[in-house]
Amino acid sequence: MLGFLIQRLLQAAVVMMVISALVFIGVFAVGNPIDVLISPDVTQQIRLDTIAAYGFDKPLWEQYLAFLERLVHGNFGRSFVFNMPVLSLILSRLPATLELTIAAVLGATLIGIPLGMYAGYKPDSPVTKLIMSVSILGFSVPTFWIGLVLIMTFAVWLGWLPAGGRGDTVAVLGIEWSFLTLNGLSHLFLPALNLSLFKLAMMIRLARAGTREVMLSDTIKFARASGQSDGTILRRHVLRQISIPIVTVFGLEFGSTLAFAVVTETIFSWPGLGKLIIDSIQSLDRPVMVAYLMLIAFLFIIINFLVDIAYAALDPRLRARRS
Amino acid sequence: MNARLLEVRHLATHFFTRAGVVKAVDDISFDLEVGEVIGLVGESGSGKSMTGYSLLGLIDPPGRIVQGSIKLKGQELVGLPQEALRKLRGRRLAMVFQDPMTTLNPVLSIADQIHLAINAHERVSEATARDRAVDVLTRVGLPDAGRRLDSYPHEFSGGMRQRVAIAIALLHRPDVIIADEPTTALDVSIQAQILAEMKSLVRELGMALIWISHDLAVVSAMASRILVMYGGRIVESGPTASVLREPRHHYTRGLLNSLPSRAAPGQELTQISGLPPSLGALPPGCAFHPRCPRADAVCLTAPETTGHDRRAWRCHHPLMAASA
Amino acid sequence: MDSAAPLARFWFEFRQSQIACAALLVIVLIGALALLSPWIAPQNPYDLATLVLMDARRPPGHVGAGGYVYWLGTDAQGRDLLSAILYGLRISVQIGLAAGAVAFVIGATLGTTAAFVGGRVEMLIMRFIDLQLSFPAILLALVLSALLGQGKTQIVIALVTAQYAYFARTAHGAASSERAKEYVEAALSTPLPARQVIFRHILPNCMPPLIVVATVQVANSIALEATLSFLGLGLPVTEPSLGTLIANGFQYMLSGRYWISIYPGVALIILIVAINLVGDQIRDQLNPRLRR
Repeated sequence: MLGFLIQRLLQAAVVMMVISALVFIGVFAVGNPIDVLISPDVTQQIRLDTIAAYGFDKPLWEQYLAFLERLVHGNFGRSFVFNMPVLSLILSRLPATLELTIAAVLGATLIGIPLGMYAGYKPDSPVTKLIMSVSILGFSVPTFWIGLVLIMTFAVWLGWLPAGGRGDTVAVLGIEWSFLTLNGLSHLFLPALNLSLFKLAMMIRLARAGTREVMLSDTIKFARASGQSDGTILRRHVLRQISIPIVTVFGLEFGSTLAFAVVTETIFSWPGLGKLIIDSIQSLDRPVMVAYLMLIAFLFIIINFLVDIAYAALDPRLRARRS
Repeated sequence: MNARLLEVRHLATHFFTRAGVVKAVDDISFDLEVGEVIGLVGESGSGKSMTGYSLLGLIDPPGRIVQGSIKLKGQELVGLPQEALRKLRGRRLAMVFQDPMTTLNPVLSIADQIHLAINAHERVSEATARDRAVDVLTRVGLPDAGRRLDSYPHEFSGGMRQRVAIAIALLHRPDVIIADEPTTALDVSIQAQILAEMKSLVRELGMALIWISHDLAVVSAMASRILVMYGGRIVESGPTASVLREPRHHYTRGLLNSLPSRAAPGQELTQISGLPPSLGALPPGCAFHPRCPRADAVCLTAPETTGHDRRAWRCHHPLMAASA
Repeated sequence: MDSAAPLARFWFEFRQSQIACAALLVIVLIGALALLSPWIAPQNPYDLATLVLMDARRPPGHVGAGGYVYWLGTDAQGRDLLSAILYGLRISVQIGLAAGAVAFVIGATLGTTAAFVGGRVEMLIMRFIDLQLSFPAILLALVLSALLGQGKTQIVIALVTAQYAYFARTAHGAASSERAKEYVEAALSTPLPARQVIFRHILPNCMPPLIVVATVQVANSIALEATLSFLGLGLPVTEPSLGTLIANGFQYMLSGRYWISIYPGVALIILIVAINLVGDQIRDQLNPRLRR
């Protein structure tokens, strides 16, 4: 097991290196590297000083090493727009995005898997047909459109929920969280719902397909032959077996949901990373873009790593093979 | 001893598919006594597995039992609601399947699976469950059962996995065990072991066993009575020795003649000409007549069961007693 | 039983599903509208000279200054929404098909070649593909779009880069299992050049899963382009796609002028859902495990 962990850690490190190289090439070598660090409207003297200070007159590979060194120290430069260190800017926005993403993912999983299992267990019931139609919509309709409709319905016509922004927060462990207040929850609900729908649809389809397949297997026949009830079978046999492919998708989709928060945050004016990156792209705040990419890559690698561990924990056959 | 252990009369299970009606089991009747081992023999597609599922009430739509009765110690099973059938499955009737790698859940430990099977009918503590598990695993010949309880199916060999499956079937001391090709997926050497062990277990525990197989040789070693199935029907039945020595149905004779042991060395193996019929498109009358050397016009009508309770056949032109 | 040609049989089964047929009809209809839009649209929404600012933000059915009826209302610049939607559909279809086709060709070639060449090259290529697949398409498209700027070509490039990996992986999987089959070994032992074996034997057998991916990816491309345009990237304001129209109307939603966003949105949804329904049907039909 330990060997497995170390192997995956090494792989993760390699991937990070590759991504840092790609980002470096994309931003420094292709564009004018100066533009990443200083605003275009500074004096010529400051420009020349910065070039010397950052060594842009040095060969590329030396610049890359310098870049890596800065990264390791958490120095991503300063944001043009906000005029503060990028790292602290990003960290201040991160909790909002995390809160939104986790709420969305939890919702999608806790609702999607039972619904999908039901659909796989009783494929011909009218409830199943309803579930599947809703899932097709959640899958096809673009997230931003659903967000618009949600705002129209709940905020404009019905006036039940706020149309945007984040609610009151409570500090826990030094970080501000909004789901702990009622006002915060009312602001969190619509964007989380919006973000979760795509993943919900996916979970439903996965759980349904998996359940259908497993229900036809010999394992289930044997379990039924020994007198186990359908409820027990679904909970202890089917759920266990379908959780393996679901966890893999779950992990990958967590990262994707994190990325998709970009759209939801824009529509609902949610002050998270997503809105930050869009604003940065539109105002060409390059240091923020670079930092955002690296952070996302890092998060992805961690998520993949966790998924691998979960996979091995759920499927005992893998543990034997890896060791 | 009042009612018989198991009494099956005119059982028929049909599947109503878009392509037509598949008559998987078509009017079969047989009895089973306590301590008896009967063999249900037939090729794939003869309806023998479906007979087993029908007895357990595991027929799902689009199939259902369309006629007949199954009486377990006098209690009628056909028509019972699902919950009542569930209570009987595993407790009074149990089934073992062919491939233990797919019948045991690969992601649950043996202990968990046995616990689930026990809990299906009785609420016991974890400790009691483990004790019973060790007890029954030892009984089926699994060495070092206590330590292996928390292992997973893939850590066992094929023969041992099947023993675990058999152990699970024995947990509640059922009256009847149905074994559907339990040794077909195993090595020949293990086969013989499992056969012997099952035979002695059945005797020890006073159960009855229905052994379903396509392999006449295996069945003849196990069973005291044989039922030969073809096209969803029982075409011949009787004590093993009698059926094997003096078959009355031409299909049975064909099966016996095609056994490699019957051929002299160097002689070509005999086969029954033609192919078994699809259960969705059975020939009219006797299902075997297209392949039967003795068939004639009258075989286009379904033959009645002749003979008596203990020795019967369904043929218009049965083989004469003295022919072997 | 299998006397009909596979294509005829496929079409026969397809016809059994009413939903899929309805969806296919919708797609054909939209395709026709998109193709003919320059001729059937009452107004050219790109021609700023024809826009009457006084008619801006009018509700559906309003009769404009020149006695002209705005069937679906107008947007903030005075564009006739009906025309704008027709042109927008045209763009969506163009981009969706273009991105899908190019991604298909690049991805399928890459995946099949990797499967064929084998060894370290295959491993490297597939590792890279896996890496890219674990990165969300929207981020890739977002960043590329930001870097490349606005415009149809740029957005197609961004979309293709985000999506070719799906094709590559599917093609690789299908080609690998085909490669292992005996008929390929037999073909390779003849003097036929390897290239011919790939194109005439392996590729046709990989088509079914690739077609399924293709329909999904076309729908995805359309949705992704709309999302990017909505966010202000993608297509310029002068050539508004459905996403841009929706974005323009967003600010007016809260004041009750819903039509500016809703109608383009509905058009977009119908297109995407129709493609997905057809794709679902194709996938169910081609899935061997569901054939019972």
